[in-house]
Amino acid sequence: MDHPVPRRPVPMTTRPRRATACEPGFDTLPADQLTAAALHRASRLGARYADVRLRRVRTLRERVRDARPEGSQVGVESGAGVRVLVNGTWGFAAGPDLSVGGLAELAARACELARMLRPLRRDPVRLAPEPVGAPATWESPCEVDPFEVPAGDRVALLAGWCEALRAGGLDLAEAYLQVFRESTVYRDSAGRSVRQRRTWLHPMAVGFRIDSAGGGFDSMRTLGPPIARGWEYLRGTGWDWAAELARMPRDLAAKRAAPPVEPGVYDLVIDPTNLWLTIHETVGHATELDRMLGREAAFAGRSFVTPEDVGTLRYGSPAMTVIADRTTPYGLATVGYDDEGVAARSWPLIAEGVLVGVQHDRQTAGVAGLDRSTGCAYAESYRHLPVQRMPNVSLCAVPGGPDTAELIGRVRDGLYVVGDNSFSVDMERVNFQFTAQRFYRIRDGRLDGQVRDAAYTGATLEFWRSLEAVGGPQTWLLSGASQCGKAQPLQLAAAGHGCPAALFRQVRVTSTRMEVTR
Amino acid sequence: METALSASRSDACAVIVEHGAERHLRWADSELIGTGDVDTFQVSVVSVVGDRVGAVTVSGRADRAEIVAVVRAAEAAARQAPPAEDARPLPAPGAESPHWDAALPAPSSAVLAGLVDQLTEGFARARRNGQALYGYAEHRRRTTFLGTSTGVRLRHDDRAGYLELTAGDRDGTPAWTNAVTTEFDDVSVRELQDELDRRLRWGRRSIELPPGRYECLLPPSAVADLMNYAYTTAGARAAAQGRSVYSRPGGRTRVGEVLSDVPLTLRSDPAADRLRCSPFLVTSSSTGTRSVFDNGLPLGPTSWWERGRLRSLVHTRASAEELGAPLTPMVDNLVLDGPPGGGDTAELIARTRRGLLLTSLWYIREVDLATMALTGLTRDGVFLVEEGEVVGAVHNFRFNDSPLAMVGRVVEVGRTLPTRARDWGDAVGPTAMPMLRVRDVRLTAVTHAR
Repeated sequence: MDHPVPRRPVPMTTRPRRATACEPGFDTLPADQLTAAALHRASRLGARYADVRLRRVRTLRERVRDARPEGSQVGVESGAGVRVLVNGTWGFAAGPDLSVGGLAELAARACELARMLRPLRRDPVRLAPEPVGAPATWESPCEVDPFEVPAGDRVALLAGWCEALRAGGLDLAEAYLQVFRESTVYRDSAGRSVRQRRTWLHPMAVGFRIDSAGGGFDSMRTLGPPIARGWEYLRGTGWDWAAELARMPRDLAAKRAAPPVEPGVYDLVIDPTNLWLTIHETVGHATELDRMLGREAAFAGRSFVTPEDVGTLRYGSPAMTVIADRTTPYGLATVGYDDEGVAARSWPLIAEGVLVGVQHDRQTAGVAGLDRSTGCAYAESYRHLPVQRMPNVSLCAVPGGPDTAELIGRVRDGLYVVGDNSFSVDMERVNFQFTAQRFYRIRDGRLDGQVRDAAYTGATLEFWRSLEAVGGPQTWLLSGASQCGKAQPLQLAAAGHGCPAALFRQVRVTSTRMEVTR
Repeated sequence: METALSASRSDACAVIVEHGAERHLRWADSELIGTGDVDTFQVSVVSVVGDRVGAVTVSGRADRAEIVAVVRAAEAAARQAPPAEDARPLPAPGAESPHWDAALPAPSSAVLAGLVDQLTEGFARARRNGQALYGYAEHRRRTTFLGTSTGVRLRHDDRAGYLELTAGDRDGTPAWTNAVTTEFDDVSVRELQDELDRRLRWGRRSIELPPGRYECLLPPSAVADLMNYAYTTAGARAAAQGRSVYSRPGGRTRVGEVLSDVPLTLRSDPAADRLRCSPFLVTSSSTGTRSVFDNGLPLGPTSWWERGRLRSLVHTRASAEELGAPLTPMVDNLVLDGPPGGGDTAELIARTRRGLLLTSLWYIREVDLATMALTGLTRDGVFLVEEGEVVGAVHNFRFNDSPLAMVGRVVEVGRTLPTRARDWGDAVGPTAMPMLRVRDVRLTAVTHAR
């Protein structure tokens, strides 16, 4: 019988720390002068409200195939975005010129744009009220700065991962690393002032088994999630990479030899390495207020949830409690403040199966007439207008709850689903289809080898109402999406999702191979 | 550019400077919800030390000292890096860009101003008709300069405009359309709304259909989404390694294989009318299909499929040498052509005995790399066509199918038109696609999402 990699539960509270790392060339900017120049110019030109973001995004990408580097790039993107409200109409201008003159010019252009667009505005923009606090700083935890690790060491580590997979008998191995650091100075015309920095990284290794004689191949990748930590994560803090790499060749060989799944209806025990993505798509996005209001109708889509559903909609079974949280330790969406200067907080979305909350920013909360934003504004870079983005959205474990083996033990005829893979959901977040890295057959409460080419599919409410049990804290894992797309122009954002293992009854499973013929 | 190149102490160096400007508008429920007036400036330095390479990209105002610092950072990264497998001497200079010193173009506010007038009228019309309009428009100009230590001096100016419009009413399924342009002088919001009104009328009658295999009319935008998968996964090295849908046993590839009995040609051409893209390769990082060592490589017309047969896969110089194949680098546009005389939408509808007319595809994801099996959804309009007439609107479906399997089931090809993939957006550059009639498209589940 296979067992998942042991995990330690993650504590559920954190306190912001003072920023300590230095971001040369950004931390030394005369931020007060720059932001004042923009706010002053905007005010002079008739803006009732204005905010300014100075932002630097540092990225690092490494790609190694077998032992050879295939691509490496360091990127630094710095600039400013100025958002104004003139006559109740938005204007936004952004550029890379971080000078006093440059910021004032951006403010002027934003005001000019707002005036030009006034005919397209029906109702004046109303921002939900937000108290003004003292100037604040915040930084995400990062013990070893990944940007300070020599390139040779980075590549050597990834090459070592590839070698571990090749040594296990795989025909080809690739490893990737993406590191992201975002530094922000935020000021607005109401007096809010924030300086913050966050770092996350996403390592991954992929192994291939190739049938060179008969044709065809299979692949499998590591399950270690992207996380808001430093280089220590790649050395084993928070995830046992060595153990996972050691078992992957065996798992992939078993997958390659596995029989195809028989389509039908199965009970599923879903590992948190897979379930996080289902939460992201069917709960996280579905509880975004901007979707409910139709603001994403032309692109990312709407939601089947309506504002009127709050307090009454039976979203799932009583075993389902979901928390939205911008303070989860190491969460990809964990910040001190959002991009409207709203302090991070935690709030319930679903309590014992009933929808009790939604996500919003000052703008969408204002449209809905709500008292205060939940702090979900985010802009991908200086070039982007802040839009409503997902916080960390997590399914709660049950204290004293079962472990994964106990959940499997409750299933007579089912599948154990491990690792995320392909994902697709409709425009209202109802019909979904998910595949996995591995599907294990469950017979009479025990794992009985892998099956291949499976996908589980269904409808959101039906699925979550079929949730019979969630695991205990020992099964809870924080994962997440490092690149979630939304809005136009497209913006990427990262969101964390924690969840325990969970048991769902009678879920439809299809064969991906049987539905596609060459 | 010259500051960076003259500061270089490495064996070879490539410098990419990109200057861009963009204006965009976004609206929902017939009201503005977002806008932007955005400038970008970016410098990428690729330094080569022996067969090692380092690349650093910075954006923002850069004086001489800062540029030199970027060059030094790239050199340091190169010295720390292990040897690169694709290392080759940088290409020698060919023809220089004649407009190297020309002034940088900037987006004109007049472009948006004209669109604001059109949208104001459009919003009013929608309200009169009990509709709501949703959509997005962008206008972008970008200039890319490439200089290398081998003497390459190349420049490409890119202009692109795009508008998409969705209309919804209380009676039925939403309708969607889009327009690809350069300066918006050829875009009529009124005409786009006429098309949307027609589709909303089609949607007045709702029809339920079960999942199954249907003949489908796939419009250009949907075809673009599918062809983008076929193109971006066409790396020759991956195919030769046996880990791609283009692989054959024994380390061979499917080049030469017939993909479709219909004479479909999938091609790229930097000089294609209304689809111009960079005529030289420019990249600040290597991938499976591009190499930083190929910066400055001239790009020309390339056939990926020729009359239904797979002719070429995407090569870097390294993979072409390694595999003994002709050099066919990736080009940033894509065109699918059928036989001459392809019909328009109305003609293909008129020739349909029973089938589904789709509007667009959405949330497409790879399910199985070995077969290029994809899943995704239809969006904003599935219409039942019977005996040459649209008879009503059907709910949306989930599909599970493979683009390469689908081209084998193409039975008719329409007229090729510039379009933009709805799900991919502009990720692979300008595209021109025809409507395709495909039999037995696998629609595996029903969704009533709108």
